[in-house]
Amino acid sequence: MFDWAQRVADWLIYSILGIQEHSKVGDALNFFVYDTIKIFLLLLIITSLMGVINSYFPIDKVRNFLTRRKWFGLDYFIASFFGTITPFCSCSSVPLFIGFVKGGIPLGITFAFLISSPLVDAVTVAIFLGVFGWQTTLLYVFSGIILSMIAGYLLSLLKLEPLLTPWVQQLLKNKEVQNESSEETQHSFIQRLPIILREAWTIVKGVSLYIVIGVAIGGLMHGYIPTNFFEAYISKENPLAVPIAVILGVPMYSNTAGILPIMQVLVEKGIPLGTVIAFSMSVVALSIPEALLLKKIMTTKMLVIFLAVVTGCIIVSGYLFNLIL
Amino acid sequence: MSLSIKILGPGCARCKATVEVVKKALEKRGLPTDITKVEDVEEIIKYNILKTPAVVMNEQVKISGRIPTQEEIESLLNQYV
Repeated sequence: MFDWAQRVADWLIYSILGIQEHSKVGDALNFFVYDTIKIFLLLLIITSLMGVINSYFPIDKVRNFLTRRKWFGLDYFIASFFGTITPFCSCSSVPLFIGFVKGGIPLGITFAFLISSPLVDAVTVAIFLGVFGWQTTLLYVFSGIILSMIAGYLLSLLKLEPLLTPWVQQLLKNKEVQNESSEETQHSFIQRLPIILREAWTIVKGVSLYIVIGVAIGGLMHGYIPTNFFEAYISKENPLAVPIAVILGVPMYSNTAGILPIMQVLVEKGIPLGTVIAFSMSVVALSIPEALLLKKIMTTKMLVIFLAVVTGCIIVSGYLFNLIL
Repeated sequence: MSLSIKILGPGCARCKATVEVVKKALEKRGLPTDITKVEDVEEIIKYNILKTPAVVMNEQVKISGRIPTQEEIESLLNQYV
């Protein structure tokens, strides 16, 4: 699908700039041009596509869908699935959380949504597609959904309601089902399309700098670090590699945009793919700024439990990936 | 008719961008640019929104979960001034 982009990169680097093929500089520059073209195109396509899907299933609809009737466990899937198509800004996590539980959605299901939404988002999916291909991307998306379901379910078993901060508990006591949607007027698809595309463009623009930097670092490593360089240090046999990678990823506040292009090169140089996927999961799913926001609604104990359960689930999936990949 | 404008959002980049857009729209219409930034989460959730940033005009949520365009805000302003 992207052969033409490779040809563009070859032409630009080897013919126009006259850099020698298979030289280190040539390899690095070629990688940079090719990856940048590919990732930006995929980003535009996926964010627009997700925007279109999301315009049909806005968050209010998802909430009403979940509150209107009993789903007998299927709601974990519904919440995780819709989490993946709902764009997520960590600053929305608190209003979202409150809106869900106030509407009567159980805590575990709310968590499932809250975990899957940043874990599987348009930017991550697009870059995964660009750097690892569709099979790995599908695996990432499916495991992201399953992981969110399991983590949500585990959290529901722990009966954490008493650990919410007092003002949230007070809110829940007077909970009322408010199914009204926002005051925004409904527009037809054609009217919405410019808004959707503009949002997609805003997202792409927002991450573009990270991608360029990420791809540039990736390109340098691609050109200058010998293949299998990392194999000696981080191999599948090293049982601590996954947990260390995941725990390193938790405090890191970055979108996957900058990190994945580097990850791609790490895999190429011998780091197991499963470890890399687990690392990216922990980078996107958990971050310090988000934890600080969540502190508003959760007591420290609850926050620690939440982070521990999600981290644990990511570590387990890292091991599973390394087993099957 | 007097108009009060609030921007809801806990101070993220998208919220700041929204404030800028609204200010520009107000400036263009020659209106006072005093808008209230609501950053306290307890206050934000009173408006029953699920996603920030949100634009509230005279206590009515007009936009939530995205950065509006300047034209959009201008046409919303038409309803009030």
